Amino acid sequence: MGRVQLRAVLRRVAAGVVVLWVAATAAYLAVLAAPGDTVDTLIGDGADTPQIRAAIIAEWGLDRPALLQYLDYLWRLAHGDLGRSYLLQRPVAEVIGEQLAPTLILSLAAATLGVLLALIIAAVTAGDRRPWLRRLSSGTELLLVSTPPFLIGLVLLSVLSFRLGLFPVAGDAGPRALVLPAVTLALPIAGLLAQVLRDGVDRALDEPFVLTARARGLREGVVLARHALRHALLPAVTLAGWLFGTLLGGAVIIEQVFGRPGLGQVTLTAVTGKDMPVVLAVVTLSAAVYVVVNTAADLVSLLVDPRLRRS
Amino acid sequence: MTVTLDGLPAGATVTTSGQAATRPRRRLDIGLLAAGAYLTVLLVAVLWPAALAPGDPLAADPRNVLSAPDSGHWFGTDNLGRDVWTRVVHGAGHSITIAVAATAIAVGGGVLLGLLAGLTHRVADETLSRTLDALSAFPTLLLAMLFIAIVGPGTVSLIIAIGLVTLPRHARVVRGLTQLVRRCGYVEQAVTFGLSRPRLVLRHILPNAIGPIPVLAVIGLGEAVLIAAGLSFLGMGPQPPSPEWGAMLSEGRNYLHVAWWMTILPGLAVTATVVSLTVLGRHWQRRLDGRQR
Repeated sequence: MGRVQLRAVLRRVAAGVVVLWVAATAAYLAVLAAPGDTVDTLIGDGADTPQIRAAIIAEWGLDRPALLQYLDYLWRLAHGDLGRSYLLQRPVAEVIGEQLAPTLILSLAAATLGVLLALIIAAVTAGDRRPWLRRLSSGTELLLVSTPPFLIGLVLLSVLSFRLGLFPVAGDAGPRALVLPAVTLALPIAGLLAQVLRDGVDRALDEPFVLTARARGLREGVVLARHALRHALLPAVTLAGWLFGTLLGGAVIIEQVFGRPGLGQVTLTAVTGKDMPVVLAVVTLSAAVYVVVNTAADLVSLLVDPRLRRS
Repeated sequence: MTVTLDGLPAGATVTTSGQAATRPRRRLDIGLLAAGAYLTVLLVAVLWPAALAPGDPLAADPRNVLSAPDSGHWFGTDNLGRDVWTRVVHGAGHSITIAVAATAIAVGGGVLLGLLAGLTHRVADETLSRTLDALSAFPTLLLAMLFIAIVGPGTVSLIIAIGLVTLPRHARVVRGLTQLVRRCGYVEQAVTFGLSRPRLVLRHILPNAIGPIPVLAVIGLGEAVLIAAGLSFLGMGPQPPSPEWGAMLSEGRNYLHVAWWMTILPGLAVTATVVSLTVLGRHWQRRLDGRQR
């Protein structure tokens, strides 16, 4: 990497850090700006005793100047201290850590499935070779993107589990229980990603390098996979952050539909119980992962596409 | 030889795919017509639900619970014997009001912040833009949930939450266009003619900086319907017995094994609404694109 590239990389990373800092501040301010007493906000529906109140005031430094409170909060956050849940009487990091695995497995399965589906759909329907298929698939994509993900889940559940008894109705026992939630979460992703990828492939097919590849006598499949699809992947990479957000937000609802344990359950319990430290931690963490994923995606495109490096 | 034959129709693709951008318009007309028809019915349901379903959406009939769709109740009845069709029709008002109000907040706030960011100088612009970036870093649903956790569930908090999380995209578009427009010749000329700043902004910059906003708003309306359905499915919006669509889905979920119509049919109303709005928005966008070219 030359100096120009290094500078470009550093600039992206710095921008990511700034966004992260602003996001953490925004979440913090949201809690402070909440109507009523901050101690009440932080306790939520948890046990309210003088000892706990004193502990909250000490932990959040509420008896100290506002600026110090804020710096203290950032300092703790930077050290991975996510605070304490007053509803569950446990450290937030512990609560989240325990429930991370099921959500991670579900998200990874859904992401893999969604991306694979989108790649296949885009490769098969791009160009003008099969207009009816293209029409069919863009209609289906519109339908998938416009349906609430949990409705897709409920339809699958109704038909495949209740009618046909193919899959368990709820729980997370075994890989069979993972199929329906993963498919549910993957379908809207595949729908949007396929649209973006096909647009990209269509545009790439108009480029001179495709004409060159064809003139060299390459088979259409090779032109598509090696030249057009690869070209279309680049704009799709920038969707990585969006993909992540959809997965996490979707998981909250989908886990509810299929009665799966996980981060969704934790978040929902926290929101309905007004367990602010947990909500704050989930929201801040998700923003952090989004920023990391997005910055990584930016860097990947920077490395893959020489044209971006020059500018 | 086969290579050339293979290559020819494929080579032809290059030229036809350019036309493909204009050709689907004729095909989509059926879709557009269907979308328009559905939205008209929806509008009637919102403004005058009794015209489509004269019954009371809250009227329970204990002798007729969970009955499947038939000629009398063509969307079936729910666990309390309430007519699902009546509830879907009357629920349109709730769901659409939430989406429209949320989109109004998003568009109003977005245009205001976008103008502000686009017109001010570096520091203020940078602060605003970074804040908007940071807001977009939160997954939409989770950010809305943070807001609802703070202020509590309900229709009003749902509206504000959805408005806030969908605001940054409008702001970003307006900011970009404002920066373009203020460097245009006619704006600079207006400045040299000594036009006052408020008049300059209102007469020259604003109308030219909000071009794509109506289209974005129509598509955003569909998304607001989706987010609202999701959040109230989780119990964060209007509470039962309100016939809001998401709340109906949430109630129906518990009876999915015996009464699919309680969930799937209101769900289809949501899907049809979002599809219709998207079709309309995309059509409008294509027409705008065509005119600009």
